Amino acid sequence: MKHGKYRFIAGFLVLPLAIYAIFVISPFVQAIYYSFTDWTGLSPDMKMVGLDNYARLFQDDVFWSAVGNSVTLLLLLPVVTLSLGLFFAFMLNVGGRRRKKAVIGGVRGSGTYKILYFFPQVLSVPIVALLFQFAYNPESGALNAFFDAVGLGNVQPDWLGDPQIALWCVMAAMVWANVGFYVVLFSAGMSSIPKDFYEAALLDGANRFNTFFRITLPLLWDTVQTGWIYMGILALDVSAFAFVQIMSVGPGGPDYSTEVLPLYVYQKTFRDGQAGYATAIGVSLLIVTLIFSAVVMRLGRRERLEF
Amino acid sequence: MGSTSAFNRRDLVKRAAALGIVAVPAMGMLSACASGGGSDSDNKVEKGKKSAKNPLAVNESAGLDVVIFDGGFGDKYAKDAQSEYLKAFPKADGKVKLSSTQKIQSTLQPRFNGGNPPDLVDNSGAEQMDFGTLVGKDQLTDLSALLDAPSVDDPNKKVRDTLRPGVVEMGQFGGKETWILYYAYTVYGVWYSKSNLQKLDAEYPETWDDMLALCAKAKKKGVAGWTYPGKYPYYLPFSLYPFIAKIGGAEVLRKIDNLEPNAWKDPAVKAAFDAYYELYKKGYVLKGSPGLDHLQSQKAWADGKALFIPNGSWVENESAKQIAKNPNFDLAVGAPSSLSDSDKMPYGTIWASGGEPYIVPRKARNAEGGMELLRIMLSKKSSQNFIRQVSSLTSLNGGTEGLKLPPGLASAQVALEKAGQNIVNPRLQDWYVALQKERIGVGALGEMMAGRLTPDEAIKKIQKYADDTRDDSSVKKYKR
Repeated sequence: MKHGKYRFIAGFLVLPLAIYAIFVISPFVQAIYYSFTDWTGLSPDMKMVGLDNYARLFQDDVFWSAVGNSVTLLLLLPVVTLSLGLFFAFMLNVGGRRRKKAVIGGVRGSGTYKILYFFPQVLSVPIVALLFQFAYNPESGALNAFFDAVGLGNVQPDWLGDPQIALWCVMAAMVWANVGFYVVLFSAGMSSIPKDFYEAALLDGANRFNTFFRITLPLLWDTVQTGWIYMGILALDVSAFAFVQIMSVGPGGPDYSTEVLPLYVYQKTFRDGQAGYATAIGVSLLIVTLIFSAVVMRLGRRERLEF
Repeated sequence: MGSTSAFNRRDLVKRAAALGIVAVPAMGMLSACASGGGSDSDNKVEKGKKSAKNPLAVNESAGLDVVIFDGGFGDKYAKDAQSEYLKAFPKADGKVKLSSTQKIQSTLQPRFNGGNPPDLVDNSGAEQMDFGTLVGKDQLTDLSALLDAPSVDDPNKKVRDTLRPGVVEMGQFGGKETWILYYAYTVYGVWYSKSNLQKLDAEYPETWDDMLALCAKAKKKGVAGWTYPGKYPYYLPFSLYPFIAKIGGAEVLRKIDNLEPNAWKDPAVKAAFDAYYELYKKGYVLKGSPGLDHLQSQKAWADGKALFIPNGSWVENESAKQIAKNPNFDLAVGAPSSLSDSDKMPYGTIWASGGEPYIVPRKARNAEGGMELLRIMLSKKSSQNFIRQVSSLTSLNGGTEGLKLPPGLASAQVALEKAGQNIVNPRLQDWYVALQKERIGVGALGEMMAGRLTPDEAIKKIQKYADDTRDDSSVKKYKR
């Protein structure tokens, strides 16, 4: 019987798996193969160079600063974005003052806030990046103008032009662009938590802090974990690339302070004609991603709560 | 959330992964042939008949495939040249294709890899394909045939002899072959508005002392002396490199281009860096410049917030709208000021060189057609058309007679005449793009002008970058 079940499932999966193999697995395999060659990306002839590309990686300072920045993004971006998302979602759904009839509710005007939070989601990444770039413009941008207006005329940072803060500036834009999605995701999760849990807790005299950490967060754990992986991949992947490419000095600068792995792959392929080396960087990016998801899976393993 | 299905997601993922692993080895074999499309089967069109009208022996009825970089100059000038081509070869009508894109490399890379590139490419812009690699991997056609063909305007003159000095050499990579033909001709230097200087009762400062005095005067009126695109600090060399050459002689730049040991430690480099650093130190650089991109800095400069900006002659077209806000702007370009009497080269020394690099791929089907279109573009008629449309010079020497030039271009023309033989042409930016733009530009010059590196530290850093590039076996090296 059990055997029959597998064959049954496999029968349905043949087509999707074939597509998956062709469009997902085979590029991986190809990339790994190319990472052992001196392929330029501009002509079809190449030769095997063994582990030369990988040996080069170890001595490449730019690569290491890219790894450093990517890992920083990977560690901080999900924490900040998800915490903010959780906080906002909690305030919108549970955190409000108690009103008649309703056991729990959001803060006043939560409907409007929901729309406001979600708004960045309808803007494409390049537009968000450009908006922030204008705001960061040290000469006529909104931020420095604001500092001027409140009497802080002496505080005029170069924002994206300052290697100390450039990465943070890029990160702020990424958080802004993504937090709305998690507000909505967590809101949906929260609305499926039965109200009587809160009612009971409130009767027992629990405050908001307690209801959040004892009820909301544990029951939302699955959603948070999904969000975590998703956000982590975003931090390593296209989104980081797009923001850094559009916003940063250089791009990747100043002084490599915002260089991230996907951008470095792009530069090596499309600027320097070193596609072979670039795929080696890509493979290392794959390894970072795999380590990340393994760690998250392990840390996030918890007993499943059913309700 | 409360899903209670019979088997959970993780199990399903595990099983799918197991199946995927089985599928992988099979796919490996498939992928082995995925990029092997470069078979050298001769797919070239037959040559046509050579004649006085058709010196390159173009096949009159063959198709032509052209890809143009759609940047600051647009693509109209190329389309106009294309209709000239059709006038010459009416039988090719309907088979001539001209497409324009800003993404040269991502569009063309698969075609180069697959062995079916276009017949003529304007390899320019942010996604320029690396010339060193293209030449090194033998992907380009030698353009000598074109250079030795008679020019369109004067059958007794070879195309080679109608070009501005240095253009042919720029397209060579150490050998006799010419791989690239630069169509535009760019004058780099210090760009300014004559009327903004007049407001300060000043003329363009020919010595560095005057420059500093003028900047001090401007500062009192709340105007910055200089600005530059800190986001792309590799604009700084446009005035800085000829400044170095002026102080220490063109030899210094040649050594730098050749990546010679300690080339950057030349006293001329130090003197030039010190001078620019002083601009920052004394507060003569527009505040916030390190965070501006090229358009933002050009806007600040065009609005009169700063007097000078290092740039190239495309700035007139690129900033046309902002400049037009001030009808008396009177754009002009200045050569680097003299640092002292002991400068090795006279005042007027300037950086001018080809822009918009055109290539004919080795595997082009109709290479003759590609070259013929270039030959037409280098005629006086097409050149003047280009000058009128985008206010930039072409590589055709002269060709400006009878044209009313816009102010910036006119001043560039004057600057070229004044420079005479003293035109320098540093090659770092086309030979070693990563070194020039990212390492020297973003990594050192930008840092120095933002005040985070002293000139000595910047020189040390750049020398190390140059040494690294020299020792990097994956980068092809050139000498001049």
